[in-house]
Parts: sequence; structure tokens; C-alpha cells
Amino acid sequence: MIETFKLIAGILILLGAFLFLASTLGVIRLPDVYTRNHAASKSTTLGVTSILIGTCIYFYAQHGHFNSRLILAIFFILLTAPVAGHLISRAAYNTNVKLWKNSSEDDLEKARMAKRKE
Amino acid sequence: MKTNDLILQTVTKVAAFVIILFSLSIFLGGHYSPGGGFVGGLMTSSAIILLLLAYDLKTVAGILPVDYKLFIASGLLLSVLTASGSLLFGVPLMTHAFTYVDLPLLGHISLHTAVLFDLGVYLVVVGVTMTIIQTIGESE
Repeated sequence: MIETFKLIAGILILLGAFLFLASTLGVIRLPDVYTRNHAASKSTTLGVTSILIGTCIYFYAQHGHFNSRLILAIFFILLTAPVAGHLISRAAYNTNVKLWKNSSEDDLEKARMAKRKE
Repeated sequence: MKTNDLILQTVTKVAAFVIILFSLSIFLGGHYSPGGGFVGGLMTSSAIILLLLAYDLKTVAGILPVDYKLFIASGLLLSVLTASGSLLFGVPLMTHAFTYVDLPLLGHISLHTAVLFDLGVYLVVVGVTMTIIQTIGESE
């Protein structure tokens, strides 16, 4: 039984590490701030969540110690990491960082143009 | 253009409570696990700084109408009184005492005078950090 839980914990931690790797590759490979921010904020949030769940399961199975701080950390990261990504993207947009040259949609620019015309 | 901080402000309302509760947890658990007055005080002031980032100085002064310089003074006073209280019992300065009590809801817990000293450290850290941040923030 304990071995099964340890196996699940190991798989979750490896999955989290893989998501981190994918996110790092995304930050290196993607062309502009917004797509990089997309890669960095989404998959690292899930990666850190799955690593923390794996750690929680491991300590509960191995030592019988349920660490509620890990649950609190998961809640907190799920709450704050997307907001941090949103704020970075918004700060970049407000300081006129250009979108990637091949991107076709810019609804915020259209909305602001419509507002200026009013 | 009017700034729209709705997302940041809404998340701050939830996150500040979580940070303050966690800071109290590591403050009270400092005797047996990593943490204590210094880290707890820093984390409490970081929650107030998060409020300062999401709102402005006047709003936060309306939410928490306290003078943080009084925090420094009362924290130092509490630490000095705790340290010198041992002189009344004829033991050297800063000798602490502890006892175990059975409280109705909390069960078998230990009460230690070191937590009063730590509370002084906590108040001084919160006071110093918030005084520095507010003084820098207010200057033009």
C-alpha cells in the first residue's frame, strides 16, 4: 500500500518537473512577451501544484505526517500565479511592447480605438 | 486614463488574509518548528505591503488606523519587561520560565515566557518594516 502511494507521489513529482521543463522551453522558444508569459505562468502553476501534491502524498505515506502547509501553498499558488502573469502582461501592454509580427488579433487595441473615437 | 485594478484588488482581499494567518501560524509555532517572531513579523508586514500595492496609502491607513512607530516602542517595552521580569524572582536577567497547562478547548499545551519576548520582536519587526515602507512611499 505504501509502495503504491510512493509510486503515485513519484509520478506526480516527475510530471511536475516535466511541466517545468516544457515551460522553460516555451520561455526560450516563443517569440514575444505575451506568448512567453503564457508558457511561463500556466504550466509552472500546474507543475508546482503537482510537485506539492506529490510531496504531500509522500510525507503522508512514508511518515504519516499530513502537512497542511503544502495544501495552503497549493491554494495560494493557484490563486496568485495567474494574477501575477496577468499583471506582467498588462504592464507590458501598457508600456507599448509590440505583439509578435504574425499575430492577427488585438481586441484590446480595437476597444481602445473605439473608446478614443467616442 | 483611469486604471482598472479589479483583478489585483479582488485577489488581494483573499490573499492578504491567507498571508496574515500563515504569519501567525509560523509566529506561534516558532518554538518547535522553523519560524518565530522575525519571520512572522516580516510576513505580516508583507501582507500589509500587498494591500499597499493594490490600494493606495490613504485607503490602507483607513483600514488599519495605527501608528507603526508605536509598534516599535511597545515591542521594545514588552521585550525589556519580559527580560527584566525574571529579576523579581531572584534569578538572572532574561531567565525564562515555562509550564504545561490543560486548557478546555486547546488541550495540553505548554506556555513559555519566551513567546512574550518573541511577541516583542514581532511588533518591532512589523513596526520598523512598515515605517520604512510608508516613509519612502509618502516622500515625493
